[in-house]
Amino acid sequence: MQNNNKSEPVRSDERITLLSDQVAGNGLLSRRHLLGLGLAGAGGLVTSNVLAADAGVLTRSAWSMAPGKDPSEYGNPSSYAAQVKRLAPAPNTISPGTGASRTPLHLLQGTITPNSLHFERHHAGVPDIDPAQHRLVLHGMVRQPLEFSYEDLLAYPMVSQVYFLECSGNSGANSGPTVTDNSAGGLHGLLSCAEWTGVRLSTLLDEAGVAPGASWITATGADAASLGRSVPLDKALRDVIIALYQNGEPIRPEQGYPMRMFVPGWEGNVSVKWLTQIKVTDGPANFRDETSRYTELLPDGKSLQFTYPMGVKSVITAPSGQMTLTRRGLHEVTGLAWSGSGAIRRVEISADGGRTWADAHIDGDQRELALTRFRLPWLWEGAEAVLQSRATDSAGNVQPSRAAWVAQYSPANRYHYNGIQSWAVSAQGEVKNVYA
Amino acid sequence: MSTHKPGNRSLANPRTLAALAVSGLLLGSAVMAAEGPGLGKPISEAQLQGWDLIVAPDGTGLPEGSGTAAQGQAVYEQKCAACHGMQGEGTPGVPALAGGSLTATPPVMTAGSYWPHASTIFDYVRRAMPPLAPKSLTDTEVYQVTAYVLHLHGIVERDFVLDSASLPQVKMPNAGNFIDRSQVQ
Repeated sequence: MQNNNKSEPVRSDERITLLSDQVAGNGLLSRRHLLGLGLAGAGGLVTSNVLAADAGVLTRSAWSMAPGKDPSEYGNPSSYAAQVKRLAPAPNTISPGTGASRTPLHLLQGTITPNSLHFERHHAGVPDIDPAQHRLVLHGMVRQPLEFSYEDLLAYPMVSQVYFLECSGNSGANSGPTVTDNSAGGLHGLLSCAEWTGVRLSTLLDEAGVAPGASWITATGADAASLGRSVPLDKALRDVIIALYQNGEPIRPEQGYPMRMFVPGWEGNVSVKWLTQIKVTDGPANFRDETSRYTELLPDGKSLQFTYPMGVKSVITAPSGQMTLTRRGLHEVTGLAWSGSGAIRRVEISADGGRTWADAHIDGDQRELALTRFRLPWLWEGAEAVLQSRATDSAGNVQPSRAAWVAQYSPANRYHYNGIQSWAVSAQGEVKNVYA
Repeated sequence: MSTHKPGNRSLANPRTLAALAVSGLLLGSAVMAAEGPGLGKPISEAQLQGWDLIVAPDGTGLPEGSGTAAQGQAVYEQKCAACHGMQGEGTPGVPALAGGSLTATPPVMTAGSYWPHASTIFDYVRRAMPPLAPKSLTDTEVYQVTAYVLHLHGIVERDFVLDSASLPQVKMPNAGNFIDRSQVQ
């Protein structure tokens, strides 16, 4: 989008070539055709005249003429990429440390979130925990209550798996009656994806010996809020890990250093950070964060409690809110899809507000409970458009429209929002969040 | 996930195992039976007294002590009211604790109108309140403040004695209106 060529229409012969492979209305194209042409061919079709005009005599830059910096102990991004950072609020003066920062989804590619950009949600700030003094206690309905140090856990067999993590309140702004002007990260950035490595909770529960009649675990963290959540025992034994590493390095303080309980696919709040206690019980504790919060009020006054898996969902990250298309021609529509109930099987994209849809190309493996990247070429010729994406997961769940989602709940509910995101593109190329 | 399944607990290969056995590293059967190295140190529930703060709806985990709303008013006004308001009405950015109705438009969800269990108030106040000094209230103060919050919503009388026996008996107005989705996994 660096070439400012708004006034340059796509030449008619190129247009015919491209539109012969249109797969849905308003310019969505087949990716297979473009791949067949090769990247240079496809780019050349639309921008060859621009390149010819821009290319002057190339000169060598200063950095090619003198040695650069020495190797360093812990790397940093380029100073030119300094804008790629979390969207963080002003400090909370009433309840210090309480709040959230969001992953800038619209500034990232691929599916793995760098550790410095993983979203945060804290309920009483980030504790500065000395791992030598930290303990994980397993007790309650067990044969033998046990205490583990951080060093103990490092000696256990570990598993590594890429998982998304999404806050239950993610995208909640779109549940409200008034549309919010914001970016993809600002709206949907309580979502990240990392490779988590740790010890299976089942290994530790086996060691303590779960007593007959036990059916839940109740877990608390060592932060000032001592945040607690309850998890059914069958899930705890199935795939919950005590995560010690995040993308290969010790997990960050914001993510629970030295250890967090990681509950794959489920609302982020149950993946208790700074984990210090697991009490095996025969029922949920009904903590504040599973009664007052993280429950969904329905239109009839009843509420859903212990809604755990995150619903099937997708969002286009480019073009997305607050971006501006600065040239006409070929663009890639790309975004992320995920589901707490399995893998992503299909993502459809519409450029005409849902009247016609085309299947997007899905990158790489369709991993369970991880972010999936999708893409589709789009020929934008300056007409108004509404871009949408709709995901389907391996369990057959289809992402609902915003209207269908809103109809399910009380207007007071903002949790578990997974309605279709609509980005309106104006004739001037401005992209905005809309309800469509 | 790893290929290390519960049903496949043998170590890497028989030769390694034999070597370990010969060198005397395989002491006892625990090493063979467990998935892990068995490094957990035994601890007793008695050692967790005062450390384990979990209080369940049936009263499990409630400590000794008691308190009334009458006693709790002074504690509340000193330690809670600045943020939550003198009548639990809340202040900007801080949730209301009492009053409100789920049938209002928009619904007002307070501890009184919404929370299904009185135990949650005790549990949450003891572990997390007040935000600048969590876990600074004595168990007696937590009973008193919990009674006062319940009283502000008209759930208990001013002189109702809240303790480990009476707290699980308190009927919250919205109890029974929660649909358990925990088996939808």
